[in-house]
Amino acid sequence: MEVFKTILLCFLVVCAVSVSLSKRLLTSIIIFMSYSTVMAVIWVILRSPDLAITEAAVGVGVTSILFFLTLKKIHLLDESGEKDEDQH
Amino acid sequence: MKAGKKMKISIDRLRAWSERDTDRDYPFIPAEKSPEKEKREAPDPNRYKNAFEIRAFQKVYNVFSVVFCLTLIAVLLITISYLPRFGEAGNPANNEVEQRYIEAGLEETGAVNIVAGMILDYRAFDTFGESCVLFTAVTCVFILLKKKPTDAERENDRLYEPKNDAILQTAAAVVVPFGILFGIYVILNGHLSAGGGFSGGAVLGACLVLYLLAFGFEKTERFFTERTFRFITVIPLTFYCLAKSYSFFTGANHLESHIPLGTPGAILSSGLILPLNICVGMVVACTMYAFYCMFRKGSF
Repeated sequence: MEVFKTILLCFLVVCAVSVSLSKRLLTSIIIFMSYSTVMAVIWVILRSPDLAITEAAVGVGVTSILFFLTLKKIHLLDESGEKDEDQH
Repeated sequence: MKAGKKMKISIDRLRAWSERDTDRDYPFIPAEKSPEKEKREAPDPNRYKNAFEIRAFQKVYNVFSVVFCLTLIAVLLITISYLPRFGEAGNPANNEVEQRYIEAGLEETGAVNIVAGMILDYRAFDTFGESCVLFTAVTCVFILLKKKPTDAERENDRLYEPKNDAILQTAAAVVVPFGILFGIYVILNGHLSAGGGFSGGAVLGACLVLYLLAFGFEKTERFFTERTFRFITVIPLTFYCLAKSYSFFTGANHLESHIPLGTPGAILSSGLILPLNICVGMVVACTMYAFYCMFRKGSF
């Protein structure tokens, strides 16, 4: 269990550094989502499953969706998906 | 390669700014096609006189930001080294309050889940404040982002959603029912198992947003409009306020509270905790959903 915990904590550090180093904002948000997922697993290991549920729902779901929306509002998302959509 | 190009563009922007060159219009986001535009301009001999200063300034700026970050990290790590070890018996967190919660919590609140007993009975006032903070936040978002739908939006309801995406719809059809069931379970079972109003409400809200993403506003408008939102947030908050006022009033004056605590472990037990969990869950789920709607469209 100790080894598993160490691996997860190292993953958190790597995520936190790569969020700030990644050039594209979309990539940063996706890394942030994986950070939250790992954090939820760590909450379960630390025996607080209620926090794990909240972290999974808020950190992965709602917060990142709001980030995506904000990116779309300020036109920083890739526009290619938009064009595909119009053709249908 | 790409980063170098961007850096060059930003240096050009800095130069233009430093020379107060207002004729050149630099867009907020540097366009990729700007080199063509630059070629057309006649080279100005005075253009690069500040280039050295700007480059020096950029270097100093980078060095200072790195130094600042390292100092901050060092200060925070030094602070952490002074904290007591995790889980030690002599820590300041292990005091008589915690002992009281563990020893008498089940008897006094009737909740098997001590955390629920703590946040919705002993410290219910804090939780009420948190719910009100959420309510205030969503009100501010309303003030900032609410707008009437335009004609194009009224005609085409799916203007902002992806058109019927098969993968998304299939995934949502599988995930959303289980997610909503799980959210309701977490809320209703909050006093018996891990979780409670906030966790369950967040799961419910996330599932509602997923449903909306997959099937569009047309489907969700049938059961969720602004009117629903108003009722679902204001009525639970008022009920929470009144119920907790009653129990604080009786508790402070040493009167007998007429709310039965029930047998610990049964679903209808632990007095006010179950209804308060439902209230908090409804408020949180609605807040999540309203955040999404406001950011997306400006209306429900």
